[in-house]
Amino acid sequence: MKKGFFANHLKDGILYKNPILVQFIGMCPTLATTTSATNALAMGIAVTVVLAFSNLFISLLRKFIPSEVRIAGYIVIISAFVTVVEMVMHAYFVSLYSALGVFIPLIVVNCLILARAEAFASKNPPIPSLWDGICMGLGFTVALTLLGAIREILGAGSIFGFTFLPEIMHVSMLVLPAGAFIALGFLVAGMNKLMSKFAEKKEDGADV
Amino acid sequence: MFDIFMLMLSAILIENFIFSKFMGCCPFLGVSEKPDTALGMGCAVTFVMTLASAVTWGVYRYILVPFGLEYLKTIAFILVIAALVQFIEMFLKRFVPALYSALGIFLPLITTNCAVLGAALLNIQNEYSFIESVVYGFSAALGFTLAIVIFAGIRQRLVLANPPKSFSGFPLILIAAGLAAMAFAGFAGLSIS
Repeated sequence: MKKGFFANHLKDGILYKNPILVQFIGMCPTLATTTSATNALAMGIAVTVVLAFSNLFISLLRKFIPSEVRIAGYIVIISAFVTVVEMVMHAYFVSLYSALGVFIPLIVVNCLILARAEAFASKNPPIPSLWDGICMGLGFTVALTLLGAIREILGAGSIFGFTFLPEIMHVSMLVLPAGAFIALGFLVAGMNKLMSKFAEKKEDGADV
Repeated sequence: MFDIFMLMLSAILIENFIFSKFMGCCPFLGVSEKPDTALGMGCAVTFVMTLASAVTWGVYRYILVPFGLEYLKTIAFILVIAALVQFIEMFLKRFVPALYSALGIFLPLITTNCAVLGAALLNIQNEYSFIESVVYGFSAALGFTLAIVIFAGIRQRLVLANPPKSFSGFPLILIAAGLAAMAFAGFAGLSIS
């Protein structure tokens, strides 16, 4: 295990290799469930839980799954955890369950989870894989909540359901489907700007 | 008959899978660089989605419900879809090589296309009959094809654009998709209810 793996991996997951803002994977739930910050956060947490556990178990079973049928094997493991999450949400968070609707079972086909299983968990021991799942899930959650918060503040004048702007200042387009694409477009552009700033700083540092 | 027509109209235009339900966004953003490949992807999705809607309806109605296993529908459906895609791939390779060479590269991608699983789950959620499920799967896939082909046309123009540096590439594509979604929002006026 390389030194500094845990800290670096956390930075990668949230910033440098953020699944949504840098790698552009897992777009469907990103666009669909960010109508409010609460929904976005709930979706992020659900994905993080599934990702962490599926990474852990795929890593534990990596020597037993034949490589010809590995994708099907991964999908079965992932969908088992998705079913668990779905049933827990149905039992304890009914309003969130109905707000996220069909997108909870659709976590199964989220490209992010399969991508981490294939790229990381199938090649690494269990503990780093679990950590990878948590980091990537956190990056996903942060990006989702950010987008949800932006859309909710500008579109409905509220944050986590707490309204603070009068109705005349709402840009209701942003909570409609079209707003999802446009808000994410601007967020990614902002992230690109930030990354190029970082890159410049790094180059300057190298010169000194 | 009128109900079926309204179902088709709403699945294709009013509740377009990409622009209003956000299902199948990964292939929509990934495989829409050229109209030809976009059309190929659209045809492959239409083929699989129509069949998958029919098969998953049968699996749910005649296997899961009688045994009280409704909660396993996600696992059952994704396995059915994965097996179906594999089967279609083998069948086409053996009997219709021309179609296989046209659609072949897109078929493995379809297993993880959330539009296919999404349509299967929505059929159950909306309690559609067999005919309605098949029609819904087919027309939702047609809506997907329409959206991806239109968008591929837009993207060919975008290549020539000269945006600010931070916007070039993915952000610009997303904003263009947003504008297309806005145009599709206009179809909401078609709904009769």
